[in-house]
Amino acid sequence: MNTQPTDTTPGARALRWRVVDIVVASVLATAAGLVFVVWNIASNPISAPLTAALPGLQALLAGGWLFAGVLTALVIRKPGAALYGELVAATVSALVGNQWGVLTLESGLVQGLGAELVFAAFFYRRWGLPVALIAGAVAGLALAINDLILWYPGSANTFALIYTVSAILSGTLVAGLVSWFAVRGLAKTGALSRFASGRIGPDA
Amino acid sequence: MTARTLNPVARLLTALIIAGALVLSVDWVSALTALAGEVLLFAAIGVKPRAALKRGAVVALAATLTAVTILLYGQVSGTVYWHFLLVTISDGSIALAAATFLRVLAIALPSVILFIDVESTELADGLGQVLRLPARFVLGALAGLRLVGLLGQDWQYLGYARRARGVADHARVRRLAGQTFALLVFAVRRGSKLATAMEARGFGAYPRRTWARPSPFGAREFALIVAGFVIAGVAITVSVTMGAWNFIGAR
Amino acid sequence: MSSPHGTGASVTAHHWGWRHAGRAAWAVRDLDLRIEPGERVMLLGPSGAGKSTLLHGIAGLLGGAEEGEQAGTLRVDGAPPTEQRHRIGMVLQDPDAQVILSHVGDDVAFGMENLGVARDEIWPRVRTALDAVGLNLALSQSTSELSGGQKQRLALAGVIAMDPGLILLDEPTANLDPAGVLEVRDTVAASAARSGATLIVIEHRTEVWMPVVDRVVVLGADGQVIADGPSDATIRRHHDYLVRSGVWVPDTPLPAITRRRPVPSETLLHAADLALAHPGDPPMHIGLNFEIAAGRTTVITGPNGAGKSTLALTLGGLLPAPAGRLEAGPDFAPSPARRNPVKWRSKELLTRIGSVFQDPEHQFLTATVRNELALGLKAIKRPAAEIKARTDELLERLRLAHLAAVNPYTLSGGEKRRLSVATMLATAPKVIILDEPTFGQDRRTWEELTRLLAEIADGGTAVVAATHDLDFADLLADARIMLPDWETPGETTP
Repeated sequence: MNTQPTDTTPGARALRWRVVDIVVASVLATAAGLVFVVWNIASNPISAPLTAALPGLQALLAGGWLFAGVLTALVIRKPGAALYGELVAATVSALVGNQWGVLTLESGLVQGLGAELVFAAFFYRRWGLPVALIAGAVAGLALAINDLILWYPGSANTFALIYTVSAILSGTLVAGLVSWFAVRGLAKTGALSRFASGRIGPDA
Repeated sequence: MTARTLNPVARLLTALIIAGALVLSVDWVSALTALAGEVLLFAAIGVKPRAALKRGAVVALAATLTAVTILLYGQVSGTVYWHFLLVTISDGSIALAAATFLRVLAIALPSVILFIDVESTELADGLGQVLRLPARFVLGALAGLRLVGLLGQDWQYLGYARRARGVADHARVRRLAGQTFALLVFAVRRGSKLATAMEARGFGAYPRRTWARPSPFGAREFALIVAGFVIAGVAITVSVTMGAWNFIGAR
Repeated sequence: MSSPHGTGASVTAHHWGWRHAGRAAWAVRDLDLRIEPGERVMLLGPSGAGKSTLLHGIAGLLGGAEEGEQAGTLRVDGAPPTEQRHRIGMVLQDPDAQVILSHVGDDVAFGMENLGVARDEIWPRVRTALDAVGLNLALSQSTSELSGGQKQRLALAGVIAMDPGLILLDEPTANLDPAGVLEVRDTVAASAARSGATLIVIEHRTEVWMPVVDRVVVLGADGQVIADGPSDATIRRHHDYLVRSGVWVPDTPLPAITRRRPVPSETLLHAADLALAHPGDPPMHIGLNFEIAAGRTTVITGPNGAGKSTLALTLGGLLPAPAGRLEAGPDFAPSPARRNPVKWRSKELLTRIGSVFQDPEHQFLTATVRNELALGLKAIKRPAAEIKARTDELLERLRLAHLAAVNPYTLSGGEKRRLSVATMLATAPKVIILDEPTFGQDRRTWEELTRLLAEIADGGTAVVAATHDLDFADLLADARIMLPDWETPGETTP
């Protein structure tokens, strides 16, 4: 049984969320939120040497907070999935506790919107590797803009530039590429049999 | 009165109000005023001191690290004390660093402290009944959240399996990546089965559902939200009056 | 919405068929069936016959056009199942998958909330439903701490509380221990009698359910109705077909398995005063003494929660024992200083003690069946030619050759179980430890596995199995370790 997921969904596919879409999206997003918590802790010691090397480079770690939206969207393939994924993941990470508190929700909103806009721009029909990479990149851009305004408003221009480029790069690779591979692997195990992302054959 | 009995939605909204107001400026006056107000608030609603200190310590650590970044790479102004490659410590960056530290504390503390003891089912009840968020999403998320908590045992067995299969001696990162992927498979599988089970009990079948547990939102909850507005308002006023207000949009 | 209390729902299928999206073959085709209100029906048939698909279809759980294609009509009380959700309740196979909320009371109330029952009506009905299933628990009791049988009864309580006219059960006792099986069976019987609801059960343990049902429908391998009639008569008439399909037909004797026990038999593992504990928990079972010998089968029995899995993990070198000694024989251990398996390196364990877990999916590490078999051999760096020869041999022996390139997660239940055993055999360990190897299997797979384990034991391997399955134990055990309650120490009987 060939289980390569296709990268387009045919038109007239129902865009309403089923119960299984909501539950699996929540599971993915919650798990991602827990990864965020771990990543919060792990990134603190790593970001110091990165920042010392080149200020702004610590945004290379940004991908660790951006994959929730892209991963959820690639699995669920419904409007709002990227936004939902980032929001729920951010909420979980905020509830467990981090230095950004409730504003993590705002970050999640902005980052999720970034990815969501990309999927919307493709009319929620294209879910292949190029789209995943672009979504990751735009999410990275959104994160950079958000962070620079809210958390680093007093920083120099070189810092801002390096920060933005690093975030976009990280978003593309970690949020885009890794998520796409993960979803492909999932599809092969048959775990996505109830989703369009897990199918080939007569109806894909 | 304990914090435990306050509606989680009220707690969430209060934390959001305070955070929303404080994020608009980077100055130590508004942050410090807000912090003072917050501590009073926590005491008034009866937050447990030990849990508060524990969680507060985590936030303080994170605040310190953020502040140090600003100290070293912040906008340069005033006397320069040390310069090395791209690092510049100046009057301006010291002030900004201090402000950042207090700001992070003031913003993060309410979220973390107010959420000690929040029960996820209660929060879901509140989101569905008070904020009228769509029930399918709220409860679907609640069920999913609960499921993730149970994945710990799966993780253990995945680890045992790797040891029994002879691959646990080295290559740690690769093994962890594989183990994480396997856990992801389990998560999606269990989630799908859970969704079927929920539908088997009528979930999502009818647009209107009732709520077995009430989510009371009364005078105390409104008082908490008002307190949030007061803290935010006082912090902003004091800061503007003292001329320390530093809007983030202005560079 | 009001539902007439105490009347069963009728089910009508007319040329009904379902094809899952993404598959070419139809799961069920041209099915005609009529079930009257209040009837109690058991669905039998081989694995893969589409019984589960049919039941999910009746429950309205198959999804819409997005998930497959429907042919013909299926009606519950004259309307499509998706419009009759308030009349239908279903209990599924996996106890853990059906627990929705964290507290017992909330979980039972969930169904009623979905149907829009008023709040002041909900809580009295919660209590009634819990009493009906015999769960005398506080409403705030945490659901994750319940046993498998209790979880299934909780799910049943949730369904009963909805007051459905049609109760569907998809292998509800497959994952339960014998005590749990009877608990659930009795509860279902009582509630069906009380409410007059129509009952449809899928089970392969017919003996257990015969007293509850009055009609049996047998499905063939391609989803057609082969037989339909009163339970006793139908089963007797199609006895042979049912046995061939893997159904546990009552009064069929267990297969005779002859053993050639090799002598002499060296002691491979020796336990003295052993205590067991899960990480972070206080120790249970102090003072276990036993020996695991080559060519012998040892069965670990005991009630739910007695620690069978913990003992299996400890013997496998995966969990440390909090007290006492577990030692490998001097020729068995990799070095004289390290006799306790928990101190062995992963590769040393691989070639000495193989562990097979309750859920085979926990042990899949690669993307194809062949790679799974080759993984252990690659870890000990055997030459490529030898790896190929050995994997081919195992594929043949366990009838997995046609699945060599398939992803392990997509196999059927029986195939997954065979694969998990095969991967352990690849590196020829002298001890194999299995945790509930016969869980939830139909008769054919059960017999296959039992014969395989007997063969392995005759080849000189020590086989240790933790199990609830008394038939399996009777057939195979050379020695038993009985774990009773946590206070008294265990003992071995030859």
